[in-house]
Amino acid sequence: MWEYTDKVRDHFFNPRNVGEIEDADGTGEVGSLACGDALKLTFKLDKDGRIKDAKFKTFGCASAIATSSVLTEMIKGKNLEEAAKVTNKDIAEYLGGLPEQKMHCSVMGREALEAAIENYRTGGKKKHELEGKVVCTCFGVTENEIERVIRENDLTTVEQVTNYCKAGGGCGGCKGEIEKIIERVQGEKAKEPVVTIPKKGRKLTNIQKIQLVQQTINEEIRPALRAHGGNIELIDVDGNKVIVGFRGMCAQCLLTEFTLKDVVEAKLREFVSPELYVEEDKDSAQQPHHHRG
Amino acid sequence: MKVVYFDNNATTKVADEVLEEIQPYFCELYGNPSSMHTFGGQVGIKIREAREKVAALLGCDPTEVMFTGCGTESDNTAIKGTLAAYPNRRKIIATRVEHPAVLSVCRELENQGYTIVELGVDKKGRLDLAELEEQLDDNTALVTMMYANNETGVIFPIEQIAELVTDRGIVFHTDAVQAVGKIKIDLAKSNIALLSVSGHKLHAPKGIGVLYVRKGTRLAPFIVGGHQEGGRRAGTENVPGIIGLGKACELAMQNFDEENSRVKNLRDKLEKAILEKCPDCMVNGDTKNRLPNTANISFEYIEGEAILLMLDKFGICASSGSACTSGSLEPSHVLRAMGVPFTAAHGSIRFSLSRYNTEQEIDYAIEKIPPIISRLRELSPFVVR
Repeated sequence: MWEYTDKVRDHFFNPRNVGEIEDADGTGEVGSLACGDALKLTFKLDKDGRIKDAKFKTFGCASAIATSSVLTEMIKGKNLEEAAKVTNKDIAEYLGGLPEQKMHCSVMGREALEAAIENYRTGGKKKHELEGKVVCTCFGVTENEIERVIRENDLTTVEQVTNYCKAGGGCGGCKGEIEKIIERVQGEKAKEPVVTIPKKGRKLTNIQKIQLVQQTINEEIRPALRAHGGNIELIDVDGNKVIVGFRGMCAQCLLTEFTLKDVVEAKLREFVSPELYVEEDKDSAQQPHHHRG
Repeated sequence: MKVVYFDNNATTKVADEVLEEIQPYFCELYGNPSSMHTFGGQVGIKIREAREKVAALLGCDPTEVMFTGCGTESDNTAIKGTLAAYPNRRKIIATRVEHPAVLSVCRELENQGYTIVELGVDKKGRLDLAELEEQLDDNTALVTMMYANNETGVIFPIEQIAELVTDRGIVFHTDAVQAVGKIKIDLAKSNIALLSVSGHKLHAPKGIGVLYVRKGTRLAPFIVGGHQEGGRRAGTENVPGIIGLGKACELAMQNFDEENSRVKNLRDKLEKAILEKCPDCMVNGDTKNRLPNTANISFEYIEGEAILLMLDKFGICASSGSACTSGSLEPSHVLRAMGVPFTAAHGSIRFSLSRYNTEQEIDYAIEKIPPIISRLRELSPFVVR
């Protein structure tokens, strides 16, 4: 059970400003059904350019509903310059705090507000668009967004980033990339080692090489394949040749050649040894096809 | 506030008769059953009796009952113990909808180089046995498949599977923690080699489990130490737990018909009323082959944790396969394996009843649930009004 503050509970059980303003000046929509939460924020300005009314509709858990509710209260009476300065931290603080794993709800609130302001400034034409390269494909989180939550909330670990913007919370395949972004933004502060695999660069014995290959497959490759219904199995290591079998969806996938060369080989070269090359053992790929599900 | 407990697949109330039975074994009859003196020895006799009661419920011989610390330990023992007994076989077949007590063990073993095959299920949560047959080979050490699913209550054709697997000379294990006490299992007429039971799912205390080990099944011990449980599971016996489980099994036999008639009727009444009164909801899982106490209902366009919190305000306890309740970001692996659309998976609620539920409680829930659902839908941007 989550420990929610009284204020969160109050705004969940008695949400303020529920609904949709029909002739809204600005509309912001973020999130989706697939992601598990979504928020539609609408606001109306008075003649002085201050937010006269704000309403929300939210699909999501208790904290998503509570953050949306307080957000509408917080921005009422503010002009757009002031409203634009509201951070996810402000929202969370206003609620007396949120459980760490729910911080992404406050980020969603801030994103919806920004989207609504942007929508107003572009004359209602522009809808919210993602900017920058998508890092987390499971939840569609971009590099810009990750950088921003790191900076605004002083985050130093991948787990925190996942709590704040969901990135890395699906298949986990992008955790390495998130780690690099943290290092870039935080520099010295990002000292928590997430990747446990020892870096290459020394001469490996055969046993060490095999163990490192298996570990790299377990930690760096399998999670991403699993997320798409597939799997990989290490069959043998012969000198620098790594023989693997693809399972499930991957076995019949038309992209097998691409996956094989680009992902597996690149990861093994990065983490084990640059001389490695990968071969697929097609004979062993007689696994069932999981397209049903 | 009155508690209306519809979360019996998570854990159950300890039966009053069970509590009464185990109370003397804390402060008065605290002897070690392995001791030579009468004071300890009398406890040993009670353990023997408890073992007989468990065996009676399962339809097996008392020597085939091995007490463990919990259902998860039983699963771990079954899987790892079998692999250790068959070192030349490197493959395990399971399903995608297993409980983490099985699934996480398999995935850990996969990292150690074992081949794990997870069979998929269809939209109703059913297996394709032809797919299983294709997978059985000489490299397969173990097939492990749950008897009934904890989230949906869907029952697999375990006896049929056990026969199929055993005919190929392969060990078959089933995690039956949700099935024992709710549906009839007769191991004397079965091909199941290993079967896991959890005490707290059938009104015994937490911290006691059973692994049924068919006579002649090769199994390496998981916890090594003293001679307890015939050397298969070391550690001083959880005496109150064991005696309590014995009593709970006895009660389960007595209440079996009630579970399958009255409890089932209550579940059906609740389910039917919800489906009638709330638009856009659906039952997850095969309603023809299902535990009598479980209903898993998806409410589209709203989120499970929000529903649970609103139910909680009225003292109604249930659980959800939604992402937000577990702290993970994705909905339950069972619903995803079944291909339940995201619009529904995030809003799934499991109601699991027991013989302690009353008609009054069902009526109370039927009155409270529809307004909660429509209230949350008023908040949802996906519901056009």
